[in-house]
Amino acid sequence: MNTTATTINSATHQGTLIVAQAEAPLKTGPRVIDYNDRRTVGDITVPDPKMVCRDVNVYYGENHAIKTVSIDIGNRQVTSLIGPSGCGKSTFLRCLNRMNDTIPGCRVTGEITIDKENIYDKNLDVVQLRARVGMVFQKPNPFPKSIFENIAYGPHIHGLAANKRELGELVETCLIKAGLWEEVKDRLEEAGTGLSGGQQQRLCIARAISVNPEVILMDEPCSALDPIATARIEELMDELRENYAIVIVTHSMQQAARVSQRTAYFHLGDLIEVGDTEQIFTNPQHRLTEDYITGRFG
Amino acid sequence: MLPYLVLTLLLLSTIGYYLGRRRSLAMADGHIRNLHSLPSYYGFYTALWCGLPALLLFILWMALGSILITYLVVADLPPEMRSLPPERIDLLVSNIKNLVQGNIVSDTADPVMRAAADQYRRLQAIGNGALWLLVLALAIGGGAYAYRTIAPRLRARNLVERVIMVFLMVSSTIAILTTIGIVLSVLFESIRFFHAIPITHFLFGLQWSPQTAMRVDQVGASGAFGAVPLFTGTLLISFIAMVVAVPIGLLSALYLSEYAHHSFRSVAKPILEVLAGIPTVVYGFFAVLTVAPLIRDTGQWLGLDVASESALAAGLVMGIMIIPFVSSLSDDVINAVPQAMRDGSYALGATRSETIKLVILPAALPGIVGGILLAFSRAIGETMIVVMAAGLSANLTANPLKAVTTITVQIVTLLTGDQEFDSPKTLAAFALGLVLFVVTLTLNIIALHVVRKYREQYE
Ligand SMILES: Nc1ncnc2c1ncn2[C@@H]1O[C@H](COP(=O)(O)OP(=O)(O)O)[C@@H](O)[C@H]1O
Ligand SMILES: [Mg+2]
Repeated sequence: MNTTATTINSATHQGTLIVAQAEAPLKTGPRVIDYNDRRTVGDITVPDPKMVCRDVNVYYGENHAIKTVSIDIGNRQVTSLIGPSGCGKSTFLRCLNRMNDTIPGCRVTGEITIDKENIYDKNLDVVQLRARVGMVFQKPNPFPKSIFENIAYGPHIHGLAANKRELGELVETCLIKAGLWEEVKDRLEEAGTGLSGGQQQRLCIARAISVNPEVILMDEPCSALDPIATARIEELMDELRENYAIVIVTHSMQQAARVSQRTAYFHLGDLIEVGDTEQIFTNPQHRLTEDYITGRFG
Repeated sequence: MLPYLVLTLLLLSTIGYYLGRRRSLAMADGHIRNLHSLPSYYGFYTALWCGLPALLLFILWMALGSILITYLVVADLPPEMRSLPPERIDLLVSNIKNLVQGNIVSDTADPVMRAAADQYRRLQAIGNGALWLLVLALAIGGGAYAYRTIAPRLRARNLVERVIMVFLMVSSTIAILTTIGIVLSVLFESIRFFHAIPITHFLFGLQWSPQTAMRVDQVGASGAFGAVPLFTGTLLISFIAMVVAVPIGLLSALYLSEYAHHSFRSVAKPILEVLAGIPTVVYGFFAVLTVAPLIRDTGQWLGLDVASESALAAGLVMGIMIIPFVSSLSDDVINAVPQAMRDGSYALGATRSETIKLVILPAALPGIVGGILLAFSRAIGETMIVVMAAGLSANLTANPLKAVTTITVQIVTLLTGDQEFDSPKTLAAFALGLVLFVVTLTLNIIALHVVRKYREQYE
């Protein structure tokens, strides 16, 4: 079994191992060639982590959906999670804002911290956590309310605006940040559900940033959109990354390559490989990663 | 005797089935795939040919036979009898029929009548004999025809399919026609009523005392058929019922669908639905024997004047009856709100109650309103509880502690007891029924429309 210095035994690792990948010459093929070796390859840590996940396991009843995954989520960068369908990308993403709590029968173990604060701590207010870690879903899901109310919803429940004027300004700022303002400024009272798919998704992004999150999670945010709308959202992600930590699940490897700085490859619940996006796509270290990005399966 | 005929027909059809099947198998040369249809279809084909035409003839005779015989018997009556007015002839005919059935001792009857009865019996015997012969001939003939036409290329499967379709069509037509028939009869009787009492009196009159109208000289004279007290009574009781049922039903639906643990929900929901299975007469008991005395005693203790049969008692119990109705309809619409809406709200850091108040209820509101309208129409039409608990006095009042009466209660009281069938008093029941029908139908149409509209919103 191939156990080079760059692999971690994910069941027992301490989170700080990993060295020496630059030594590896480019285009020499993967270093881990055993398909059954499911230990994470690559550096799971980043210098400036926003969130730190260690030994995370998720179970849906008997189904072990995430198997002892450890990874850091870097601040002010986009981390993309890729992998074949059903490998647990969405499940892992939902751990980060505890949306898994809303799924009956779902159980999470391990440790996840945000700014060194354990988010699975008994004393942590999950409602506050979700305001700090916002989420955008695969299918745009604006509320059946007006565009204005869609954005005002979060600030309203968290009391972020003192009066009508402030609320109006906040809504405007969010729509501007989401690149939607010019398109909707004259029809804020119209239903959010009446927008096009791409506009709806940007509305959802505006809604997510309306509560000043620190992290934004996006689960395949473009899979229901056409290429032009997708390009708009990708641009937006690039702008947003200056202020937020972003985690995106995507099916499109081109998208991961375009928007993210770090990439993590999941396979059947295991985190197989993680590293700089460029390295993952040009010089994958695990055979499974290589097979996936070269389109041999997935 | 005739039941035997039906049995014989069944037997013949069964035989036809086996014969047809066997013949098709024989033609298949051992390979069923040589046949167009499976052998059992050839069996059904033969059985249908054997049974159906004969059955149709049988039904035709059952429908028209006695009319024909009666006609022949009347034609044979002495001329002085035949020239009697139609009602008298009807009476004669029913006497003859009674004689035939032996309900009247024949010795005491007049000889002409006895002769007519004998004639009737004779004709009946002939008719039945002919029926037997014809039906059997048709069955055997039909079966034989089918048997002969069986061939590997015969599309028995398609033919059977067509017969089944016709059969289903006839069934649904019967259902629709009966409904239409009922509605029309209510409509025509109501029109008769409105000939006696002007419709404006009925709809806008403030006084309801149909008992006084029993005597012919008082018909319509006093405006005693003013139904407004009934309408207000009905509305009052239904309103009380809704005040009870809507909050409890809605809140329990919210709890069950948004808060309750899965295991609790699977227990509580069926229990709530058991409420819907309790016969209304039991609720009526409960209203009369438990709730009404309770309200009266409490009222006395507070120094209020409470009638022993109060709108409040009936309304409260009716409300309890409607709770499962409201809760299961609300539950449906709440569950129809996509999970994505909840996720969107939770992901913004909303609590459950904020999500319910700001997202789920507004989204589900049209559906809930539709459900409430349906429940309301149910309350308006409810009879048993109000008959037992609401009383009969047609007071025009908004005071829930007084006795009031409702449309349904009055229909019941108008039609129970002895009175001429075409007195305005009885006909008034039809007019009330018509009002009830129109109101509930309208409510239902609006409600279903609203609910459907709402469903489309998410599809
Ligand atoms: N709500 C759920 N209930 C039960 N099992 C689930 C649920 N969501 C996902 N799973 C299971 O967890 C595994 C990972 O699913 P998911 O995270 O949706 O994968 P991905 O997003 O990578 O396609 C799958 O085997 C899936 O069947
Ligand atoms: Mg997914």
